[in-house]
Amino acid sequence: MKSLNRLGIALAGLMLTTGLGVAAETAKLTDPQIAHIAYTADNVDIEAAKLALKTSKTKAVQDFAENMIRDHEAVNKQALALVAKLKVTPEDNPTSQALTKQAAATQAHLATLKGAAFDKAYVDNEVAYHHAVNGALETTLIPATQSAELKDLLTTGLKIFKGHEEHARMVAGKLK
Amino acid sequence: MLALVGGLLLPGVFLPVAASAETITVKVSKLAFVPASVTAKIGDTIEWANADFVDHTATATDKAFDVKLPAGKTGSVTLSQAGTFPYFCRVHPMMKGTIAVTE
Repeated sequence: MKSLNRLGIALAGLMLTTGLGVAAETAKLTDPQIAHIAYTADNVDIEAAKLALKTSKTKAVQDFAENMIRDHEAVNKQALALVAKLKVTPEDNPTSQALTKQAAATQAHLATLKGAAFDKAYVDNEVAYHHAVNGALETTLIPATQSAELKDLLTTGLKIFKGHEEHARMVAGKLK
Repeated sequence: MLALVGGLLLPGVFLPVAASAETITVKVSKLAFVPASVTAKIGDTIEWANADFVDHTATATDKAFDVKLPAGKTGSVTLSQAGTFPYFCRVHPMMKGTIAVTE
């Protein structure tokens, strides 16, 4: 189980970076695509948190999941308001599709787990997922963003998600 | 011990006369406490003004206080003991600050 879980995390990271790498190589990402990727990445984490709230009995995990839902919904609200203001229509793209596909696989795996095994798999995945998304934001998405306002929102988002990554590591440490 | 403003002070605990007490504002912006370090006296109030669109907390490392700072709102604590109080945000733990309280 442990090795399977590690494999899943490694795949998640690989697919995310590969997906972004491919997208960045074939064509420079546009703002509508970047907005779609950011929104998709937020929703992936919200869905994982909803599963955690339903499944986990551990207070630290539930508190973390509640924080994830609140923060990622707040970021998405800002993002939707901004794209409306900028008259940008988020555009689906291979990176968003890879994210969604990987998230479905992760959710399906998590849904088979219970108790301590679920807690560990969920929190470990949160560490890996935020780490991968933060790396993508920092090295690919933010540098490619044209709109100063979108860049600013993504930069704030990156700080928020770095906080989540650290928080997830702290929760992971408590579970051991 | 630090008492939350609006919370109950323990009976028999008298804070110094408020005449010289100040309110020190710490801005919470872009995932940072600004300024990160403040100096205050017993009886002063620290007020955090959260300008971010996400909720934060100001949580003492030693659990002496745990103030919720909803997005766009303020939260405060009145200082009743001398000492140095490191604090952080529970949701975004890399956000750190320190309050140095003197007599």
